[in-house]
Amino acid sequence: MVIIKRYCVALLLMCVAVVARAELVVEVTQGVEAPTAIAVVPFGNETGGALTDDVAAIVQQDLQRSGFFEPMPRDNMLGFPVRRDEIFFRDWRIAKMDYVVIGQARPVAGGEVSLRFELHDVLREQALLSEQVTVARDGLRDGAHFIADRLFERLTGLKGAFSTKIVYVTAEQLSAQRQRFRLQLADWDGARSTTILESAEPIMSPVWSMDGSKLAYVSFETGKPAIYVQYLATGRRERIQSFPGLNGAPSWSPDGNSLALVLSRDGNPEIYVLDLLTKKLQRITRHYGIDTEPSWAPDGQSLTFTSDRGGQPQIYRLDLASRKLERLTFEGNYNARGRLTQDGRFLAMVHRSSGGGNGFDIAVQDLKTGRLDILTRSGMVESPSIAPNGSVVIYATQEGTRGVLSAVSLDGRVEFRMPAGSGDVREPAWSPYLR
Amino acid sequence: MRVSKLTKSAVIAAIMAMAAGCSTTSTTTDGGAAGVGGSAQAGNGTNSYGVSGGAVSGGAVVTAEDLKQLRTVFYFDFDRAVVRQEGFTDLEAHARYLAQNPAASVRLEGHADERGTREYNIALGERRAQSVERLLVVNGASANQVETVSYGEEKPAVLGHDATSWSQNRRVELKYLSK
Repeated sequence: MVIIKRYCVALLLMCVAVVARAELVVEVTQGVEAPTAIAVVPFGNETGGALTDDVAAIVQQDLQRSGFFEPMPRDNMLGFPVRRDEIFFRDWRIAKMDYVVIGQARPVAGGEVSLRFELHDVLREQALLSEQVTVARDGLRDGAHFIADRLFERLTGLKGAFSTKIVYVTAEQLSAQRQRFRLQLADWDGARSTTILESAEPIMSPVWSMDGSKLAYVSFETGKPAIYVQYLATGRRERIQSFPGLNGAPSWSPDGNSLALVLSRDGNPEIYVLDLLTKKLQRITRHYGIDTEPSWAPDGQSLTFTSDRGGQPQIYRLDLASRKLERLTFEGNYNARGRLTQDGRFLAMVHRSSGGGNGFDIAVQDLKTGRLDILTRSGMVESPSIAPNGSVVIYATQEGTRGVLSAVSLDGRVEFRMPAGSGDVREPAWSPYLR
Repeated sequence: MRVSKLTKSAVIAAIMAMAAGCSTTSTTTDGGAAGVGGSAQAGNGTNSYGVSGGAVSGGAVVTAEDLKQLRTVFYFDFDRAVVRQEGFTDLEAHARYLAQNPAASVRLEGHADERGTREYNIALGERRAQSVERLLVVNGASANQVETVSYGEEKPAVLGHDATSWSQNRRVELKYLSK
């Protein structure tokens, strides 16, 4: 009865989808050696009304936070051109800008807003992009992230990930005995965060399905761990059949038809694959050690997982067809929670160096060359999650006594932090490209 | 009385050996095997069975009142799931109480410190709870009187980020569901 009641409360909360105040603010704490100089000029507004968001400011922020760009502060701009013939290239050259971005918001039928934007090469006085995107009046932020994606792709050759989302868990200590856990959904930059689940018991291990339509996570709301699947569009929630012992570490197969997960129903944590259509459960590992944190390779052919079968946690890869097992990590005495980049080449993980004391950091291993690079030096990190364009790893770390989110580029050059407004923030999971 | 205690000690030593064998490599298994044989070796922790540190010792009836004197939190070393010897006497008493009161039941909540990954720590917390469960069952509790759950690092007892806090968070909490 209590369980049903709790379930209803949770459902209710999901329906309400409490819009929390933006909790995260990203700060670039370290940048590339020579970021590209770009000026994002405030957009003209011909909609006949005030706009709720400053599109150019959001674009500027996205580009700056990527670490690849150093945008010009607005106060330093000599003019705010809106059309190409209003750009005095000589002024921007003197200001040492490589590129200048201009744009304009215009009304279209149905109350929507059209955002026209242009990217100009200052030296060559040449237009590199001239496009427009139509958004709802309250969707200016989406439009801004889209524009940032287009600019980023044009200038770096990498697909932009500014329109993606993240989910993360927050924990607040309300009293000695009472805690509040929340599963939050936000833009990649932490803006527009909403609560999609709230519970007095732990919420863990959120992961996105590859099509971005749903999440899987672990909730202790019944007093025991169970895996839930939640649809983002409707808030509908399903509980996966749970077993005595651990029910944890869900991971979606790339085709979305299966979940890899960890059960200890046979007395020991083992990895299983659950076919979501037939509900058939297939046991994948068979070892008395701890086997956990399964993660599908992007091609769906293998699973990486953490096992202490060698005496310490290390990352292994199991080929699903041949059942061939391969140990991937050898450097360090603790390597766990591996996540592969979309091209399958790089493995990001939580790493502790041999003889390096207590520090846990993010490391990336090139599976082709075997080279391992340690990307962070904070010593207390976990839960790496890779941006869909493979450029950045977001992870949880500590600032003082508080859990915060931080991110680092895969080459280790750019690092930025997302301090939380309240509570302990942890377990970020980066969405795939959406729509 | 004395004999049964010795047998029990041997059983505990066997469990220690099993648990140690699971989590470490080589040598510890040998030490444990010697313990099963009954030889009280110094150094492997099997030589102090005669000492009764807890408030309730021997094979006496354990009352609900006695339970209040027993410790209910048991601590562990980093990345280990072996019950420390300091907890044996009290765990034996809990087991005896459960054996004498078939309607009583306990919940064992396993925890880990914050170091390492969350899912690995959930697994570690479960191992710890299972170690305590085995000690209870071997000492007379019935398996269906004991349930385990692991919270990993999700519910720390102490919020600090230092060695002292960590040592207090690596624990199993024994909670009576009914007495």
